[in-house]
Amino acid sequence: MELIKRVHANNIVKWGKTHSDVIVLSGDLTSSCEVDGFRDAFPDRFLSMGLMEQNMMGFAAGLAREGLTPMVHTFAVFMYRRALDQIEMSIAYPNLPVKIFGFLPGVTTPGGASHQAINDIAVMRSLPNMTVIETADATDVESVLELSNAVDGPVYIRMVRGEIPRLFPAKNQTILGKARILSLGSDITLLTSGICTEESLRVTDILKDRGIGVQHLHVTTLKPFDDHRVSEALAKARYGIITMENHTSIGGLGSCVAEMIAKFGIATKLIKVAINDTYLQGASRTFLMERYGIDVKALLSAIESLVGEKIDISDADLTTSRQDSFFNENQQEAL
Amino acid sequence: MTLLLSLSMNLNNSIKKNWSWIEECQRISAGIRRRVLEHTITHGGYLSQACSSAEIFSLLYGQIMRLGRSEGPSIPLPFLGSPSKTNPKPTSGMIYNGRRDPNLDRFFLSPTHYALTLYATLIETGRLEESSLDQFNVDGSSLEMIGSEHSPGHETSGGSFGQTISQAAGVAWARRAKGDTGKVWVFLSDGECQEGQTWEAIMSMAFHKINNIKIVVDVNGQQVDGRTADVMNLEPLFDKFSSFGACTKQVDGHNLPALRKALETSHDDKPLVVLAHTLPYKGMEILKERYPHLHYVRFKDEPERDSYKQQLTRLES
Repeated sequence: MELIKRVHANNIVKWGKTHSDVIVLSGDLTSSCEVDGFRDAFPDRFLSMGLMEQNMMGFAAGLAREGLTPMVHTFAVFMYRRALDQIEMSIAYPNLPVKIFGFLPGVTTPGGASHQAINDIAVMRSLPNMTVIETADATDVESVLELSNAVDGPVYIRMVRGEIPRLFPAKNQTILGKARILSLGSDITLLTSGICTEESLRVTDILKDRGIGVQHLHVTTLKPFDDHRVSEALAKARYGIITMENHTSIGGLGSCVAEMIAKFGIATKLIKVAINDTYLQGASRTFLMERYGIDVKALLSAIESLVGEKIDISDADLTTSRQDSFFNENQQEAL
Repeated sequence: MTLLLSLSMNLNNSIKKNWSWIEECQRISAGIRRRVLEHTITHGGYLSQACSSAEIFSLLYGQIMRLGRSEGPSIPLPFLGSPSKTNPKPTSGMIYNGRRDPNLDRFFLSPTHYALTLYATLIETGRLEESSLDQFNVDGSSLEMIGSEHSPGHETSGGSFGQTISQAAGVAWARRAKGDTGKVWVFLSDGECQEGQTWEAIMSMAFHKINNIKIVVDVNGQQVDGRTADVMNLEPLFDKFSSFGACTKQVDGHNLPALRKALETSHDDKPLVVLAHTLPYKGMEILKERYPHLHYVRFKDEPERDSYKQQLTRLES
């Protein structure tokens, strides 16, 4: 699997060259959020806002009122938690085109509970006017500027950063509101988002060999959540549906799917592979995914539970996932 | 002799001119107090805020701000829904402050429970029909008790304190970048200086040298629970604003010439903050009886309401 470094960093500089309306705001996490290149290339369109996220959100709203396109960058928790009222009253209520780039989703940081955005989708999805996007790979990240630019309103983008995989062909840009169909099958419908898509790919091919048909969809747009590809896939699952996400079990992808199941009156089971309504701790991604049950083993046990039998897959069968150690260069950035 | 005569005439004209703007502001201020009192008698309400800020509003709308003529219907439309994709053209209250123009000013009311004071100001300055106030706080109306961005004169939803100043800072930064000559005015209350965001905004304006913004603070020493000094002391407010990097002035907020001079201070590469020290019962002696619980006037009984009716009669005479 191809791994690419600092995709957003390069992409936003490229974008800035042709979009003079873009103003980047940063909350003292400029290189951590990969906008140092933008700062150096366009110093007049870069605003250092220091550690004042509430003011930063309001300031961005003011810029948007004047026809500019503010792109706010800091760790997600410091926006959706710390400055939620500002996001609601200054940005979401007036439906202003502020693009909110939230970094460090869930287990992707060893920074502990204070840094890990585990319920951001749930919170942001509940805001009127807000569009919610989650990225998983280089193609998703390369797509978000174009994609969010097309939305005449606020957009929350859950960002992956640093060294990230290329899961989807670069030429197949991510489209707003459109899930990617990764495999076809009628036994189980599997919906994954963010880093869980990469994790799930460790097992989906093997399942095919074992005779289990999985309809696998990668979801990028969490709101609006009205893709007919998703509802059609939900309706044809023989054993049931599994969602897998780097987020708590309440209010994220699993809840989006549950709402859709109810809306279409689909009589089937849903298993949410998600962080089970708990805060995490500071540790490596691999450790946290296992400890909090959002790794490939947790997915396998969900599948076994739906089909009602043990599946013959050994640890050795699972393709090796990236093992981010606690102390490698990328993780150091997070601290 | 001719020269002397001419000088004397100029002086007379200048005095006359001075008197006329002061008289005009006094007329507006009296109108604000009277209209807000009228409504308070019927419904209860935010009366002390009108008393403390009437001169500030009269100066801003009557003399200082460069605004275009109102573009709003003289009788405001009802609330047409909050802004959204499916409601692409909701009404903004800013149309009552005139058109958006690079050379014209913009006004931001932060403590939006001053809405009735602002509506009264708009009436006194010919931007709103007198009978519009019949819609005040009526279900479905855009003249809400606590204003929002669809309410006449409002551009933002300021009800959650400390937020409007940041938005105005962003507007000011963008307007400076675009080369607009129009200024950005913000009306703040002192109570909301307890919000950390207010200080974040001042610090960031000073850091980014935003000098096209002028902030006037109604320092009436009042908040919901009573005196700010008893609830959460703000002093020394002047030192705080100065040390956060604002060009800060403080004046008697009822002294029109002093207030005008302060608002017209040149402030180089800093934001301007004018602390207008005011009395929450100015021009409404009867309010003093409730001191220090003045935030929202709700009558205990009919005799009390009657005493306010008498106050209205006195104001009208």
